Amino acid sequence: MARVVIDPITRIEGHLKIEVEVQNGKVTNAWSSSTLFRGLEIMLQGRDPRDAYLFTQRACGVCTYVHGLASIRSVDDALGAKVPDNGRLIRNLLHGAQYVHDHPVHFYHLHALDWVDIVSALKADPKKTADLTAKVSPNCPGSGVNDFKAVQDRVKKFVDSGQLGPFANGYWGHPAYKLPPEANLMAVAHYLTALRQQARTARLMAIFGGKNPHIQSMTVGGVTCATDLTPDRIAEFKYLWKETMDFINNVYIPDVLAVASFYKDWGKIGGTKNFLAYGDFPMGPKEPDSFLLPRGAIFNRNLARVEPVDVSLITEQIKHSWYEGDPKGLNPAKGETKPKFDKYDTAARYSWMKAPRYKNEPMEVGPLARVLVAYGKGVPAVKENVDAVLKKLAIPADALFSTLGRVAARAVETKVIGEAMGTMLGQLVENIKKGDLNICDERTWDQMPAEGMGAGLNDPPRGALGHWIDVKDKKIANYQLVVPSTWNIGPRDADDKRGPLEEALMGTPVVDPKRPVEILRTIHSYDPCIACGVHVIDTRSNEVYKFEVV
Amino acid sequence: MSQGKGLLERLERKGISRRDFMKYCTALTATMGLSSAYVSKVAAALASAPRPPVIWLALAECTGCAESTLRTMYPWIDELVLDIISLDYHETIMAPSGEAAEKSLHDSVTKNAGKFILIVDGAVPTGDDGNFGTIAGKTMLETVKEIGPKAMATICIGTCASYGGLPAAAPNPTQAKSVSEVTGLTTVNIPGCPPNPINLVGTVVNFLLFGKLPSLDDKGRPLFAYGQLIHDQCPRRSHFEAGEFVTNFNSEEARKGFCLYQMGCKGPETYNNCPIVKWNDGTSWPVQAGHPCIGCSEPNFWDKFTPFYKSS
Repeated sequence: MARVVIDPITRIEGHLKIEVEVQNGKVTNAWSSSTLFRGLEIMLQGRDPRDAYLFTQRACGVCTYVHGLASIRSVDDALGAKVPDNGRLIRNLLHGAQYVHDHPVHFYHLHALDWVDIVSALKADPKKTADLTAKVSPNCPGSGVNDFKAVQDRVKKFVDSGQLGPFANGYWGHPAYKLPPEANLMAVAHYLTALRQQARTARLMAIFGGKNPHIQSMTVGGVTCATDLTPDRIAEFKYLWKETMDFINNVYIPDVLAVASFYKDWGKIGGTKNFLAYGDFPMGPKEPDSFLLPRGAIFNRNLARVEPVDVSLITEQIKHSWYEGDPKGLNPAKGETKPKFDKYDTAARYSWMKAPRYKNEPMEVGPLARVLVAYGKGVPAVKENVDAVLKKLAIPADALFSTLGRVAARAVETKVIGEAMGTMLGQLVENIKKGDLNICDERTWDQMPAEGMGAGLNDPPRGALGHWIDVKDKKIANYQLVVPSTWNIGPRDADDKRGPLEEALMGTPVVDPKRPVEILRTIHSYDPCIACGVHVIDTRSNEVYKFEVV
Repeated sequence: MSQGKGLLERLERKGISRRDFMKYCTALTATMGLSSAYVSKVAAALASAPRPPVIWLALAECTGCAESTLRTMYPWIDELVLDIISLDYHETIMAPSGEAAEKSLHDSVTKNAGKFILIVDGAVPTGDDGNFGTIAGKTMLETVKEIGPKAMATICIGTCASYGGLPAAAPNPTQAKSVSEVTGLTTVNIPGCPPNPINLVGTVVNFLLFGKLPSLDDKGRPLFAYGQLIHDQCPRRSHFEAGEFVTNFNSEEARKGFCLYQMGCKGPETYNNCPIVKWNDGTSWPVQAGHPCIGCSEPNFWDKFTPFYKSS
């Protein structure tokens, strides 16, 4: 029996340490530990609520925008701000822009090297690579023999330079890599294409957001981009969006399917059983009824029964986390929590993350949760695309509950959300044509109420996200975040039940504990974002914490 | 420094003519405020082999600075990483994890001692002996103090590494500090939250060209990017002078693009080049998106300039 510690986990956002126990070539236990703490909620105490979204957006620069959105929604909710239709549409378009950027970057630049062997690509026949690409993606640009030969030459020159940079010490040649050289070369070429595409796609967010990363065009009750509702700006957005959709449809999705076809056994590895989605993308004024991706909870993989969600049933448990207090934890809306670091001990406390639980159960959040809830509720666009993937790969529906399922779900929802962006842009144009140029609540800050409590729920790329705010006398009295990577990557709870990632790692085959690429496949399938995940919640005091080393 | 024919050959094979490459060098040279006499030197610097080793340490950060760097188009990020520098350590994109990743770090630091460029994003948590932030079982504090002195130069990217940034916002729960404060090193600071990738790339090229740090202001910021106030470069300045202000985000004045000073704009107190280079290949910048500047390239802006919407 071997204990393997992997620290740092790379190709994620933030700082994560994973420890596993390996027996007879399989993972028999796992512990997930996040290793950075900054304390955003403490900083927000006493500040102007309008500033909150600018602070919280810096919870994460990979998941940029989305904390800002949850934040501003919590203030809107607390103070009864009325967001006009254009405000809703532009905020949705910004959110969609984040999805169509974030998910492809995750697949190619954070996840792909777990499945793709760059060194093997050097052995590929460029002609056969072109033939393979023509088969898996007939409309893929830049896929001629000369294109692949050029990529191969470039990689060869790079490898021959002896300076391998970020690709040094990779797990090249590992027996768990299953792609033939031609598929590897195709994937490497698209890794490079995707690296350039993301810089262009990021412009979508900058059009209405001012810049990417970290937009600066939201306000309580709407958005501020008053001079961007012009035909030229709309056209700029529209054609960049089309270019992005072409990339998603002709490069990203075919690549996911092609790679998945060689790794079908991963349809039985890395699954969990409970799923939670807050839902998002209000397509009209009623929430959550009008959500493109609906709200719901699934237990024990039972898609036939999608339950409604009651956020009062969330607890954040701290038995295995570096905090003192009731180990069973409390709902974010009440109680007090104090950070207390002692030492890393997998038998006791081992993470800065808490363990969020819904009805006392660990819940997976993110693309798979959203897609399963939508599928269970019969959302046509999701159902069609999921069925098409299952058919194309010739895998059973329960293969969705796996690492492979997570990768496929990410691709499916990128397409569904991307397509909806076109619809929403059209609605924005119709409003403008009718002369409606309202972008935010008309009241100035002086005219807004001085107090209120509110919640901002959203469902950004990594999963269900909630911000809760209590405003008193136009200042932040309390602020709390419960974020997706804490749900997914958090530790055991008061009943010692493993968190979703810890559970998903159970049974993972490990050929060589010194080169744990199989473990990384499942870790990366969750798209961890640890900067978001670690924070401290204090619902009562404004005190600066005193930290004790025990 | 060799002429680096290799890069030009590679570019030509990709359909980028020598003329295109020189046009790009001209643009970059102009961005750095150098005269056209330096264009050929910029070209040579970019094509030099072997590629200069770069180590990137991510501390108490949000990864926004790394993401912003990924948006570079002149050069593209693949060109920067494959053709211009040797990025020997960067946790967000590197292939190996755990021990294999640490090997990459130690091998490069050892082999290139005194010759690598260190780039840091994120502040350094120092409270509780630095235990608020650890990587591979060591505190970030220990790691940056160990590696910093071995670098040829240290570039802080983003306001967090440069001055403490968000983690240091009152009440600074983890006693976060800047890299220069904990190491005692003189760092080149490229602040912003995040900074424009053009500012980082221009600094790296400046270093490759002259072998020394670019001219810095009293806060360690390269003058070519941070030498002027936002206010003095702002396209809405004429409205400021004419007394035409936005007082409500949902108004005719807002639609006319009037000055945002009364909505709290910190442009008059902030040094950066946002109005000129703009963001994401000239797409926009906060004021153009109708929102006041929050002064994100100034030290301590999270406390000095808040409430952001209050006019100073």
